[in-house]
Amino acid sequence: MSSSGNHSLRAEPRRRASPLNRDRSWTKLVPALVVIVPLFTAALVLAVIQSLGYFPLIGLRSFNLDAYRSLFSNGEFWQSLLLSTRIAFLAALLSTVLGIAMALGIRRIWRGRGRSAFLFQLSLPIPHVIGALAMVHLLGQSGLIARLGQSIGLIDAPSEFPALVYDPFALGIVAEFVWKDAPFIAIVALGVLGSVTENYESVAASLGASSWQRLRHITLPLLVPAVAPISVIVFAFAFGSFEVPLLLGESFPRALPVLAYRLHTNVDLARRPEAMALAVIMSIVVMAAALVYLTLVRRVLRGERA
Amino acid sequence: MTATQRTDRVIAPSPSPARTPSWPRQPIRPRRHREAVSGRIAAVLIVGIILLPLVPLVIHSFASRYVFPQLVPAEWSTRAWRIVLAADGGTWKALGWSVAVATVVTALSLLVAVPAGRVLGLRSFRGRRILEFLVLTPLLVPAVAVAIGLDITFIRLGLSGTFWGLVLVHLIPATPYAVLVLAGVFANYDADFEAQARTLGAGPLSVFRHVTMPAIMPGLIVAGFFAFIVSWSQYVLTLQIGGGKVLTLPVLLVSTASGGDVAITGALTIVFALPVVILLGVASRHVVRAGWGTTGT
Repeated sequence: MSSSGNHSLRAEPRRRASPLNRDRSWTKLVPALVVIVPLFTAALVLAVIQSLGYFPLIGLRSFNLDAYRSLFSNGEFWQSLLLSTRIAFLAALLSTVLGIAMALGIRRIWRGRGRSAFLFQLSLPIPHVIGALAMVHLLGQSGLIARLGQSIGLIDAPSEFPALVYDPFALGIVAEFVWKDAPFIAIVALGVLGSVTENYESVAASLGASSWQRLRHITLPLLVPAVAPISVIVFAFAFGSFEVPLLLGESFPRALPVLAYRLHTNVDLARRPEAMALAVIMSIVVMAAALVYLTLVRRVLRGERA
Repeated sequence: MTATQRTDRVIAPSPSPARTPSWPRQPIRPRRHREAVSGRIAAVLIVGIILLPLVPLVIHSFASRYVFPQLVPAEWSTRAWRIVLAADGGTWKALGWSVAVATVVTALSLLVAVPAGRVLGLRSFRGRRILEFLVLTPLLVPAVAVAIGLDITFIRLGLSGTFWGLVLVHLIPATPYAVLVLAGVFANYDADFEAQARTLGAGPLSVFRHVTMPAIMPGLIVAGFFAFIVSWSQYVLTLQIGGGKVLTLPVLLVSTASGGDVAITGALTIVFALPVVILLGVASRHVVRAGWGTTGT
């Protein structure tokens, strides 16, 4: 244990591992790994095995790719994949852009004001089930917005209001995620937009940088490392969410998680391998998307620094 | 263009801006007043947009007739509230389940997340990235995949429809959030204070109690808050692993909503939202102070 208060060492705590405990430090991860890994890995491994057709409970004991083949030849699968990807992409994109804009808009007000901070975070702890129900009564054809539209004479009957929930473009679903996650991104961004960021911006301004140049070359590059992982989480969550498309989505095509659940609870047990195959495909798509996105972000940032 | 190149050089030498000593600030804000006013208008608008979706459900819960195109109900009523809050109704039981599961999940996830967050925040070692990946992947993989993957095994192990079965599956998504928050807190934590306390004769427990705990308290509160709301909001895992026997508030709410009585749905929504909004009130000051946005993964 080094007890030196040396500041040059303190600046790089991650490389400080002293020889005494360098080799054992990973053991502190064991409790968390024990809680997460066995169950989680078991879930995925079991899903893979069952998706390959090994399902002794219903008399299936051979390994084959029938479930995948049957999924790939099913028209709804492809439409659902497209739908879920579009929902997740729009949710992540809009939440990130609006969240950053929101953070930039309120950063001066935010500091040191407990009460307004509370209000900006209000949608954060509200469960998605509530968010989805709220969107039904806000954006639905007899919802609050439609009523406001009627009261100012824009529409006469509910049917004249555009379908924003249970709609083919899944606008209601995207709206729910943006409502929940843009403030989430904003809070993360506000954590970065502290006095240090302001110092850099002031220096840049004193050197003659325009406000656009400051945003483009100072503020955004400082925000990206903190915000990018969160927008991946937003993408993954929107892609894998079950209750939001269940409550706000059309009956065809269904979002992938809804489709998977329905196949799993289908009275025909022979459909279960397909449900498992869908679970496997969803997991692979999400992880691949996360990997590609974070690699791209890292490359862009490196280019920015160079 | 030259300005741009120069500003890039300002950033370049310091890979970790959070640790750079701050120099006297030079506020260059010529139009400060106008900025403050427009900022306040933006803030009111944003808060309005955040609150707006919740308004119809609240109105519905107190209305006996609230149909298109009414903006205000023609008749008010407390019928829905009397039904939802009735002593023999399902609400209290569901509330009990939700509180019990979320509380135990929070406690257990903090217990394992503190050491994990500490290692990920402070240490570097071979295989760190792989372990980090293992801890954080449940944030990416859909809950439905976990739920249906574990279904049969949980039935076989007798965990389906039990309290501990539910706690176990809720730990899968809750723990990574707690680890993520605490890793961010420990990344800005100075472990030398612990060494100093030990030099002065403090034992490991007393070091944790008097040095580590107070330093990471805001992070602990935020991490606990996250673990709690992840468990509190969990729908599909509870639906599948609860096997219809365990009715937490989200499961009750969805089945109530499909019943079509909007007033009762609205009242139940408020019962479901209120506890976490109160918790947010407790945690929000710490969210700002702990600045969990600094979590670098």
